[in-house]
Amino acid sequence: MRAFSQLLDGLVYTRSRNGKLGLIAAYMRAAPDPDRGWALAALTGSLDLKAVKSSAIGDMIRARTDPILYEMSRDYVGDLAETVALLWPKRTDQPAELDDGSLSLSAVIGRLQNVTRAAAPDTLAQMMDHLDSSGRFALLKLATGGLRVGISARLAKTGFAQAFDLDVDDVEQVWHALSPPYAALFDWAEGRSGRPDPEGTPYFRPFMLAHPLEAESVDLTDYAAEWKWDGIRIQIVGTGSETRLYSRAGDDISGSFPEIAAAFTGHAVLDGELLVKGEFQGGEAASFNALQQRLGRKAVTTKMMEDYPAFVRLYDLLIEGDQDLRAQPWHQRRARLEAFVPTLDPKRFDLSQVIKADDFAALADIRAGARDAAIEGVMLKRRDSPYVAGRKAALWYKWKRDPLTADCVMMYAQRGHGKRSSFYSDYTFGCWTPDGELLPVGKAYSGFTDEELKWLDRFVRQNTVNRFGPVREVEKTLVLEVAFDSIHDSKRHKSGLAMRFPRIARIRKDKPAHEADTVEGLKKLVV
Amino acid sequence: MAHWIEPHPTGIYVRPADAWIDPSLPQERALVTHGHADHARGGHGHVWATRETLAIMGLRYGTASGTAVDYGEEVRLGGVRIRYVPAGHVLGSAQILLEHAGERVVVTGDYKRRPDPTCLPFEPVPCDIFVTEATFGLPVFRHPDTGSEMDRLLAALHANPDRCVLVGAYALGKAQRVISELRGRGHHDAIYIHGALERMCSLYQDFGVDLGELRPATGVAAKDMRGHIILSPPSALNDRWSRRLPDPINAMASGWMRVRQRARQKNVELPLVISDHADWDELTDTIREVAPTETWITHGREEALLHWCMTHQIRARALALVGREDEDEG
Repeated sequence: MRAFSQLLDGLVYTRSRNGKLGLIAAYMRAAPDPDRGWALAALTGSLDLKAVKSSAIGDMIRARTDPILYEMSRDYVGDLAETVALLWPKRTDQPAELDDGSLSLSAVIGRLQNVTRAAAPDTLAQMMDHLDSSGRFALLKLATGGLRVGISARLAKTGFAQAFDLDVDDVEQVWHALSPPYAALFDWAEGRSGRPDPEGTPYFRPFMLAHPLEAESVDLTDYAAEWKWDGIRIQIVGTGSETRLYSRAGDDISGSFPEIAAAFTGHAVLDGELLVKGEFQGGEAASFNALQQRLGRKAVTTKMMEDYPAFVRLYDLLIEGDQDLRAQPWHQRRARLEAFVPTLDPKRFDLSQVIKADDFAALADIRAGARDAAIEGVMLKRRDSPYVAGRKAALWYKWKRDPLTADCVMMYAQRGHGKRSSFYSDYTFGCWTPDGELLPVGKAYSGFTDEELKWLDRFVRQNTVNRFGPVREVEKTLVLEVAFDSIHDSKRHKSGLAMRFPRIARIRKDKPAHEADTVEGLKKLVV
Repeated sequence: MAHWIEPHPTGIYVRPADAWIDPSLPQERALVTHGHADHARGGHGHVWATRETLAIMGLRYGTASGTAVDYGEEVRLGGVRIRYVPAGHVLGSAQILLEHAGERVVVTGDYKRRPDPTCLPFEPVPCDIFVTEATFGLPVFRHPDTGSEMDRLLAALHANPDRCVLVGAYALGKAQRVISELRGRGHHDAIYIHGALERMCSLYQDFGVDLGELRPATGVAAKDMRGHIILSPPSALNDRWSRRLPDPINAMASGWMRVRQRARQKNVELPLVISDHADWDELTDTIREVAPTETWITHGREEALLHWCMTHQIRARALALVGREDEDEG
């Protein structure tokens, strides 16, 4: 376990990409099988143990140490796993900072895979007693299902490829034919066997992405315009016998949307936007808010599927049957797509329509008039563009709707997580009611520069009027200009409003708090 | 109890002696525990401190007007019997022991319990009121063995012969301790030091601390510093100064390095958990050992230590002293 926990520490502290790749490569060459295969699974996010919930880890530590000291520590450190790893009281005959070497990574994973939820805390505790604080941190991260060491699956695969002089795109290709701990992959990498064959498995193809539109305009004879829907981009991969859904990062999300996977029985690869039908919009796509209810859930109840029915609005057809269409121009793929969609279940699939506009000015007017909650902006696609992985200049552009803004007053602040732990970086802000009270309308933790963050942190510390655990209430004097993509009705918030992607646009030190916006004013922006 | 000693935001006032301990404002009579800037300020009328602390204050403020007090020597001020007892924090650091009206008070200043080759070890003194620091007063702070941290430093150095390891260390105490620990582990190569460390290192050497061969890092070609350890104040780690070094591995010697994100915030690649302050176990063990009737907590994470005292039936209070705790000192 020590080699793996040291690798994780190294990845946390190393800044440069090359440095990180070097660490991963060195580990992949040196570590024994099957440890390194499990490590690769953990680093690529292919390991989904979820043996325990965070709350169970909180219970574990509260049973072993003073709960108040634990809360204070957690508030200071900012991360549950790290707090518990540092705080863990070992048996007194065990040196606190010694990994006694009795646990291999494979042994840890084996035990976590086979443990019941009820028995997990005891199993974890036993293992914690054999590790140092780095090892305990790694163990807790594995057990709760997310390493979050700031590397992507792609970087991990690149490190693996570098270790054995392979091409990372080649690794990506064979990846989906394999499963942890990837014995066949290591056999191939070290020349003991041939290349694993991914054909016949529903594997992920890299998405084509768009650049933000920076030019004043484009010529619509070269570019087709389409709505950019505000859901999540997905890829549907069907082999005829099996269908999988992938997110933009290549994560398999079939389990979160089983009704979509079940409704697709074809042999094809499609690109589309996953949306849920909204009751308010008469069966049209609902806002992202509604979709959020379904995101990140591993198990889906029938009620959830009924309350938030999902469907896919299709953008592109990459592969049909045995025919790979990706090298063909967009207009040819589009024709194939338009012919393909009517063969699908209309309850679950529809076609993203091309916007008809005579020229760019007309398109700008249409875009400006679009009030549909599910529209995020406009896509511009070169009519002759092939479907290529990643962002290629001048092929596809996204032209987002301008953000809305409001002047709000900071009300509460909370310490951030990750690299911002110990900084007050999460702000709750409010607007005025007719009675002259502030009502929270949202929370933001981005949009500011490092310099501004330091300033805001200092403001919070110097203007605290109350503390509630990790939250500080501040003097209601600071106006923040908040930008957001859209705003919706919400039953969850007292103000009845929920912003989509709020971020701090500017700190308005110049503006007195009483001149900030009103809740009534914000309600006029609801779509 | 001990109505003759009063905590104020600007320091601790000893009424019958008409003297302040570590005052943050200029005072006529000041008793100073050690040379760090948040304890030893310039501008006092008369200072009582150890010989080493007076020398450090002389270096920093140019004024050394004061009475040098030897460890163990007894000084009487207005009927208060005062002794300076080693605190194990940095060269010359002392706890101040005060006896008056049948009561005994110990003010620790800053302290640690681990061995430090550059200063005398902390001596516990049983007392009625124990005035302690709490810089690392949270149970997550448990400093590892110093030797294992030094081994990590040397391993990084030897694994990267084409680079250098730049260690950020506070100019007074930490820097000299790191050098001294390296020498103790058989590392006798020249160590390069930032200009801001030179005078303090010389002062340590004048007091007989062997730091081996030190060279100024200024005016040296980058290639000559490859494979060497370089020490600088923490502020120089991410400063323009470090850009001319040969591909430095940024290290930092501080108790704060125990928390991952703290290290990341400071762009540290090699965090070394080496502290001149007591960690949680040392704080709580020391309170148990000196067994005071009452514990006063001066600065740091006093809430947690206060809570611990309460749950262990130890009467305690937190003093809100201003201007304490420069994080670089951890």
